This record gives sequence, structure tokens and C-alpha cells, in this order.
Amino acid sequence: MMLQYILRRVLTSIPVIFGILLVTFMLARVIPGDPCRAILGEKATEEVCSRFIREKGLDQPLMKQFGIYLGEIGRGEFGQSYRLSLPISRLLAERLPTTVELSVSALMVSLLVGIPLGIISAVKHNSWVDVLTMIWANTGVSMPVFWLGLMLAYVFSLLLKDTPFWLPPSGRVSPGIPDDPFYEVWGMTLTDGTFLFGLLGFISRMNVINALLSANWELLKDSIEHLILPSLALGTIPMALIARMARSSMLDVLGQDYIRTARAKGLSFNAVIFKHAFRNSLLPLVTVIGLSLGSLLGGAVLTETIFGLSGVGRTLFEAITARDYGIVQAFTVVIAVFFVALNLLVDISYAYLDPRIRLN
Amino acid sequence: MTQDNKVAALDAEGLTLKSVSLWQVTWRRLFRRRSAMVGLGILGALILIAFAAPLLAPYDPIRSMLDVDGYPREFAKRRAAPCIHIMGDCPDEQPQHIMGLDGNVRDAFSRLLYGTRISLFIGFSTVTFAIVIGTVLGAVSGYFGGWLDNVIMRFMDVLLAFPSLLLAIAIVTVLGPGLTNALLAIGIVSIPSYARVVRSSVLSVREMDYVSATRALGGSNFDILFRRILPNALTPLIVQGTLGIASAILDAAALSFLGLGAQPPLPEWGKMLADERNQVFTAPHLVFYPGFAIMLTVLAFNLLGDGLRDALDPRLAHNT
Repeated sequence: MMLQYILRRVLTSIPVIFGILLVTFMLARVIPGDPCRAILGEKATEEVCSRFIREKGLDQPLMKQFGIYLGEIGRGEFGQSYRLSLPISRLLAERLPTTVELSVSALMVSLLVGIPLGIISAVKHNSWVDVLTMIWANTGVSMPVFWLGLMLAYVFSLLLKDTPFWLPPSGRVSPGIPDDPFYEVWGMTLTDGTFLFGLLGFISRMNVINALLSANWELLKDSIEHLILPSLALGTIPMALIARMARSSMLDVLGQDYIRTARAKGLSFNAVIFKHAFRNSLLPLVTVIGLSLGSLLGGAVLTETIFGLSGVGRTLFEAITARDYGIVQAFTVVIAVFFVALNLLVDISYAYLDPRIRLN
Repeated sequence: MTQDNKVAALDAEGLTLKSVSLWQVTWRRLFRRRSAMVGLGILGALILIAFAAPLLAPYDPIRSMLDVDGYPREFAKRRAAPCIHIMGDCPDEQPQHIMGLDGNVRDAFSRLLYGTRISLFIGFSTVTFAIVIGTVLGAVSGYFGGWLDNVIMRFMDVLLAFPSLLLAIAIVTVLGPGLTNALLAIGIVSIPSYARVVRSSVLSVREMDYVSATRALGGSNFDILFRRILPNALTPLIVQGTLGIASAILDAAALSFLGLGAQPPLPEWGKMLADERNQVFTAPHLVFYPGFAIMLTVLAFNLLGDGLRDALDPRLAHNT
């Protein structure tokens, strides 16, 4: 049953992914001006342009161009960034780990703070804890990410300078900290271009994981320090959403008859809250986490720009301002497909938690 | 006794119930929610500021102090710290600037006040645009069903598949930077949520008897859709729209922050903040106030939207 549900859900996301590809394809085609100079730069000569147009198949009918485009994406060929003279797929492999690390740690922050806050304010309904949490949750969702990031940097990097609470305002690691990839520390030699090289390279670019794998405690401390402020900035909106949802769904559950029964049976307070109430209040939380993913990925652009992290978001933004459409197209596709995949995961876990959904 | 007289007699004895409209009930319920009232209060103040900006602002928002006649030159410094006389933190002969001067030697406070107009305009215009288009799409989709429904809603799914800020960024890239294009992008990005709301309320009443009755009486599709069915979608649209204004203002500020929205010298809050972001350590006031203003405005719409949702929820009717 579960398998059938997963299969159906995967099938229904195919048209969406197709739509995303169509939209990004059109995006690059409707950009005003001629595509050659948009991609190669204003200074491209007539000769270079006509070769480029022939090579890219830009003189073919639109339908055929779309076919070529689908084939390229399917093979993972995103072309070349002429501005940076780098293959875009390589750029992606270099920049994506930063964004993944940032988003995951922001999501962790929001869950680890949001859920307990929500539960406490539901259990202590209408107390000062509840009121403060709700005020915090309402202001939290209203804060511009970029403002919060700058203010955090101001407080923790300037005002708290020379205190133990000082945190670095930008970057991923301090200069001078050794950050050799873990596979080199292990003594592995990999050839460039192999799948294993790509995979291990990807993992090693997530500094915290790399530090753990290579037992590099200096790097671990330093990269966590660098991660705290961006994660707080990026995690605040999801945190506020999660706290609010955790509270209201917990309140709903706490009003149910079976909770009263559990209490009447003489179960301890903690057993009722954690075994009976919390588990059943998890479901709506999964939805909110799914909804937060969008704000996480969108917010990553802003957070990375502020904290000077060269992740996918900042690269995308720089590509937009530099009119590097190859990167814009490729990165938009990857982020959107990533987003669809995450939402798929959320839906599946939702069905796993609630049998009623997969039976319908 | 005629009917009227009977009612009058009952009235005199206090035995009739006054009829209460939905809006009166809603208003009453809204009034009881403290957070919604806070939101409404902030919003009222913002609207007042937006209208009275020329009266309240001590200086022209886009004019440098260097160009103001009779302004003491020695105080016209870029990014001068706030000077408030009653706080006693600056000499009396220095002109008062409660939020300091910005990088172009303009009065930050005046710019902030004028910025209220832009932010409110952004919120209302994008949401109106999205509601109008979303309503038409959702209504057509829900009412006619079939392949049309499929095509429209699948397209909405694709739009929803992008993180909204990223899609807005992509659209602005195509249209070119500027406030109008940013507004258009944000409007387009928010269409799907309204289309969905309208479609689901159309679906829920499409087969009801009173709709069939209108059809039997010879009502046209237009009549049925716009006079009989769509009024049902009004309450969810109001809630969604109020909350939508909040996110539209946030997204527009983000676009301006990235340099894709408002262009200089427009006193837009996101842009003001972006211009001074590298000076956050030396002139924090120039970053703090615009961001705080954005937060306050967004907060007002969020609080009001949440309050409206609760007040318009028929399941809570017994609380009136």
C-alpha cells in the first residue's frame, strides 16, 4: 500500500518537473536581446556568435531546441559559464554543499528550538511563557531575513567583541585553519572525474562533516562558529512557523478525550505529554516543515549574500546581476527540482505517519 | 394589528432579536482579539503616516542636506549619527535628525516616513493584481472543470514548485530590474494560492441547489459564477489576501535588497537597507530602522490576517 502511494506520488511529480524544465527553458528564450550576446557577453563577435548559435542549436525550431535541452539536462550537462570559464556542473558541485549545510543546520535550529517552545506554550497555555512565545513567533515570521542577519552580525561580531560570545561575521572558515578533505587525510588517492571523487568531494565540502570524518577538531569548532549566525538568521522564520504550529496542534490534541482518559488512568504528566499527545501532534508539523523549505531555499540567497558564503544562492544572485544566463538557468532548475523532491519526501513521510492519507 | 405593528409591539417589549450581518459579527469578534487589534492599530498608524508623510517629514526625502539652503555645512556629513536634542547627544546648533543622515546626506527619518507609502502600495497593488487574476483562473477552473481545470491547475502547481522568492528573482531577470517589474513578479508568484482558494470554494458550492435553481431560472454562466458562486469565496480571499500582503512586502523588500526592485533615489525600505548594508558596523542606525519598519508593517498584516481568519471561521460561531 505504502509502495503504491509512493509510486503514485512520484508519478504525479513528473509533470511538475516537466513544467519546471519548460519554464526555465522559456525563461532563457524570452530574455530580451540576442541569446548569444546574453550568454557570451556584449563583446562577442559576429563570427563567434554564429558558431555559438549553430553549436547550441539555437537556429532550430523551438520544439527541437527543447528536446536538445531535455537531453542535456538528463545527462547532467549544464554547459559552460563563459564569465567564470568553468563547467556549470562543476560549479554546482562546488557550491551546493555550502547551501545544503546551511539549510540543514538552519532547519535543525528551527526544529530544536521551535518544537520545544511550541509544546511548552501549549502545556502552559495562557501563561507568560505562552504569551512571550507567541509574541516571538509573530515577530519572527515578520522579520526580513537580510535585516536579521545584519543585526545578528552587528550584535555578535561587534558589540560582543572580546567576549566569549563573539562570532565571526562572514565566511565559512578562518584563514589558516587546515581543511584538507577527509579522504586525503585517510590516505586515499582518487582520480579526478570519477564518480567516487565527485561524491566524496561533495561530502568533504560540507565542513562540519568533513571535520568529523577527518577528526579535525580545530576545523569543527571553527566551522560551527561560522555556521551559527547564518543558521540563526535563516532558521528564524521556520522556527517561528514551527513553534506556532506545534503549539496549536498540541492544543488540539490536549483537548481530546483520550488525553483525559490517559490522565484519569493515572499516567504521569510526562507520559501523557510525550507518549500520547506529542506523537499525535506531529502530523501538522510535517506540513509546516514542508512549507518552510521554500522559505529556506529562498532565504538562502539572502543569507549567503550577507554572510559571504559562496553557496548556490549567492552564486545564482551574482549570475543574475552579471547576466550569466547559463548559470541562472541551471541553478534554477536544480533548486526547483530539489524543492519538488523535498516536498515529495515530506508527502511520503506524511503518508507514513497517517495511514488515512495513503488509503485515500 | 398589522404585521408592522406587531413587530413594533414586540420591539417595545424587547422581544425581537436584531438581525446581525456577517460583517458585524466578524467585526465584533475581531474586536475581541487583542493581537488583531494591535495589528489594526499599527496598520492605522502606518496608513496615517503614509498620507501625512509630507506634513510629518522634516526634510525632502530625496534631497541631500548639502543642497538645502541655509543648512550648516559643518554638520552635513555622510552617515552622521542620529542627533536628538532632548537626548542631549549633540550640540544645540546641530540640526536635529532623529535617525541620522544616510550615505547621500539625506535625512533618514524623512525617507523612512515616505517609505511607508511605497511599502503599503507594494502590498496592496501586488495582492490586488494576484487576487483578480487568481480569482478568474480559479473560478474558471473550478466551474468548468475538465481539461481546462487540469491545464490551469497543473500550471499553478509548476509555479508553486519554485520557492517564491527564487521565481520572483527569475521573472525580474527576464523583465529587467525596477519596482514595477518587481511588483509584477511578486504578483505573478502569488497568483496560485488565490487560484486554489477560489477553486476550492467554487467546487464546494457548484452543485448546490440554489445554483441549480439559478440555472433553471435561466441565469447565464457569468451570472451564476459571479453573482451566486464567487461571493462564497470572499471570506477565504480576505484572509489569504491580508496574509499575502505581508509576504508580498517581505518579498519586495528582499528583491530591492538584491538590487532588483526599487531603484534610487526612491526611499524604499529594502533598498535603503541594501545601500547601507556594508556600513552596518559603522552606521548601524541606517540598517536598523528600515528593517524594523519592514518588520512592523509585515507584523501588522500578519496579526490582522490571523485575527480575521479566526473571526471569519464559522466553526467558532458560538463565541460571538
